[in-house]
Amino acid sequence: MSDKTKNIDQILSFCKEAAFDLQFTEAAKCKAAEENRVLIGYMPIYFPRELVHAMNGLAVGIMGSGDRKQIVKGDAYYQSYICHMPRGLIEMALDGHFDEMDGFLFPSICDVIRNLSGMFQILGKGKFAKYLDYPQDFNRETGGVFYRNELKIIIDHITKINGVKLDKDRLNESIKLQNLNRRMLNEIYDIRQQFPWRLSAVELYHLQRAGIVIPVEQHNNMLHDVLDYIREDVGTPMDKIKVVVSGSFCEQPPIGLIRSIEQAGCYIVDDDFLIGSRWIEGQIDDQSDDPLTALANAYVDMSTFSSSVYDVNNHKGIRLAALAKKRKADGIIFAAPSFCDPALLDRPILQKDCEERDIRYISIKFSENTGQFKVIKEQVGAFSDSIKLWDEPVTV
Amino acid sequence: MAQEVTKEKSMLLQKKMIGGLFDELAHVKESGKKVVYTFVPGNLSELIRAFDMLPVYPEINALQSGMKKRSGGFIKEAEKLGHSEDVCTYVKCDVGMFLNGNKGPADTQIPPPDLLLLSYTGCFTFMKWFETLDRIYPGVEVAMLHTPYQEDGKITPEMRAYMVKQLKEEVIPKMEKVSGKKFDEAKLKENLQHSADAEDYLVQIFESAKHKPSPIDGYFAGVYYIGPVNIGFRGTPEATEYYKQLLIEIKERIRLGKGPVTPEGEMKKERFRLVVEGPPNWTNFREFWKMFYDLGVVIVASSYTKVGGVFDLGFRHNPEKPLESLSDYCMTVYTNHNLPQRIDLLSKYIKEYQADGFLVNSIKSCNSFSAGQLMMMRTLEERLEVPVGFIESDLVDPRYFSFSNIKNRLDSFFQMLEQRKIILNQKTPVA
Repeated sequence: MSDKTKNIDQILSFCKEAAFDLQFTEAAKCKAAEENRVLIGYMPIYFPRELVHAMNGLAVGIMGSGDRKQIVKGDAYYQSYICHMPRGLIEMALDGHFDEMDGFLFPSICDVIRNLSGMFQILGKGKFAKYLDYPQDFNRETGGVFYRNELKIIIDHITKINGVKLDKDRLNESIKLQNLNRRMLNEIYDIRQQFPWRLSAVELYHLQRAGIVIPVEQHNNMLHDVLDYIREDVGTPMDKIKVVVSGSFCEQPPIGLIRSIEQAGCYIVDDDFLIGSRWIEGQIDDQSDDPLTALANAYVDMSTFSSSVYDVNNHKGIRLAALAKKRKADGIIFAAPSFCDPALLDRPILQKDCEERDIRYISIKFSENTGQFKVIKEQVGAFSDSIKLWDEPVTV
Repeated sequence: MAQEVTKEKSMLLQKKMIGGLFDELAHVKESGKKVVYTFVPGNLSELIRAFDMLPVYPEINALQSGMKKRSGGFIKEAEKLGHSEDVCTYVKCDVGMFLNGNKGPADTQIPPPDLLLLSYTGCFTFMKWFETLDRIYPGVEVAMLHTPYQEDGKITPEMRAYMVKQLKEEVIPKMEKVSGKKFDEAKLKENLQHSADAEDYLVQIFESAKHKPSPIDGYFAGVYYIGPVNIGFRGTPEATEYYKQLLIEIKERIRLGKGPVTPEGEMKKERFRLVVEGPPNWTNFREFWKMFYDLGVVIVASSYTKVGGVFDLGFRHNPEKPLESLSDYCMTVYTNHNLPQRIDLLSKYIKEYQADGFLVNSIKSCNSFSAGQLMMMRTLEERLEVPVGFIESDLVDPRYFSFSNIKNRLDSFFQMLEQRKIILNQKTPVA
């Protein structure tokens, strides 16, 4: 085994551990390393981590308990017809998993996450629990100004905790680091589009998910090494179709589901599993005299598409089809969590958009703690076979 | 219980108003009036009326389809098209109604929209619903008004400024474009004054339930009382007249010591007073109500009747600050309140209306209400030591109304209330 391979194995092994560490050990270490460092937990989908970084903090992505924790208390807080993720988050909150966190952010995704912010307020978790109301008006002077003010509220919360005031140069520096992070992640996706066997979807998932619970500098070093590794001709290609997976942007699919899709004859060449890490499509101005406005403008000008974002002026179905085309995908797998309003309400719209463009698709549902994948594997396998055996290659 | 109720003057007034609106909608081709589709929470009735346009409320159509037993079929039609069984049944009912020719609850044609006014207030599904409508009616002008959530339990100047700017730069220009009329601020102010007058009456109507016995049911009858303000008559003199008349009738009931009017006549004996959280079930509305009035249970206050505005906390439309006032209105509707605010409001109701218990009707497909209700229930129980009950149903999907399950739970809850009354009476020292 070469040194490079050994290093990649170590990185992926670390990421596998960190990604699902429900004690947030790495984040806690980061906090302990410096006085007045804060940990701010954020829920899916997107939060500009650079803001917390610039204020001597670490923004920690909280993506749910997945299939790693038995839910007992959480079920007493939610009816059976509400998705699984918030009950896992409540369970974790009550069991002390978030005790190191100084504050919590609940970006606007849906009514469940919105109301969860109030539940954290009532439970008294953290020094603040804020619902982050992303603007649905994508005009800089309207939605941009409103969003900038939302960010200022978060800044004030952090300053109250650690006394750190936002500094223009530090924020520019943090933006630069996060720009690099996004650029490298996108490059990994670009390489995988052509050579998906060089890094499996599960490995990429671990790599990405670990990145939201550790400092960006540490993650950037890892991404650099992984890129260095997959730029070379490694691994063995298999006869699989290429797919884009859409609809898993909030409650995360269990690793078993991602693995099942790949084992059933598909290479996942793009997805929205942890789309927050690539939310901004492009580089945010890191030389600005007003970097806070730069962050706000980036959101209104350069956001990706998502079911949580109002799309009448920029239909997400068209953007999803364009992504599938860009990735040269053979089809799309709509994989939504059960009871996920945004993804499931969008599904008929997106399916129609696919039909109008002759894009092949299938739809599945899951919960973050789903443990049986046989049916999904058969469904995905049939989808893959039908494309491989009966379709002309590349239909998008 | 007495036989079928004799309709009071206010009921006839409301019937005439609503019938007239649907009739007007059916004849827009002749009248040339423009049609605005919008939602109840955070509706801009006064502004729509200022442009002489007519409102259509898809969720009102859905609930009325539910009451007329049509929603089940509509929902199945939508599900055949790929709409998930997990999501809001109002949306699916609306899609199904469209697929069936868009005949409204009054059996008259609902015209297609000239403007889709998405007042995105307190419910995420509204946004997805209008994205769906945008595809159903391609090319129709869409105006988006994003109402910030009261995440910190207050309205900040920045939130208000964001709203006013959207009204000025997004909503009003699109209304001008669609209606072909210039914005007339004087007309808006006049409408806002009518609203404020109607809201004064509406508050007195709901607060009449503080009397013992309560002269009204603040939930089952309450949904009729909020009809005019939630279906597009806010801002009209007709609405003010309706509420004035209704208040006269209620005052007379108080004077005579009468209880609420139910579909089977007057409720004779008030046994228990409840506060209810959550929307009602519409597919079996009368059966549902009957489970309460048959046993002398009156709902003295409810959160659902505040989805179109929590006027009892003091908000009134203000003609002096028209756009700011419309903004504040949107931000103060019940579902735009954060969870602690909702709990405070319910707590206030339980205390001020001297409720014997608190009941949650949890709606399967309405997360804006349902997510967090179990915590609300637990918090209120701890804070006030009030008995709490919990039932589940759905808005307009008849598959999720289980009569016996609900009846069993309610009967147990009422027995608990009875026992508690006995115990409390035993503890009360004799003077």
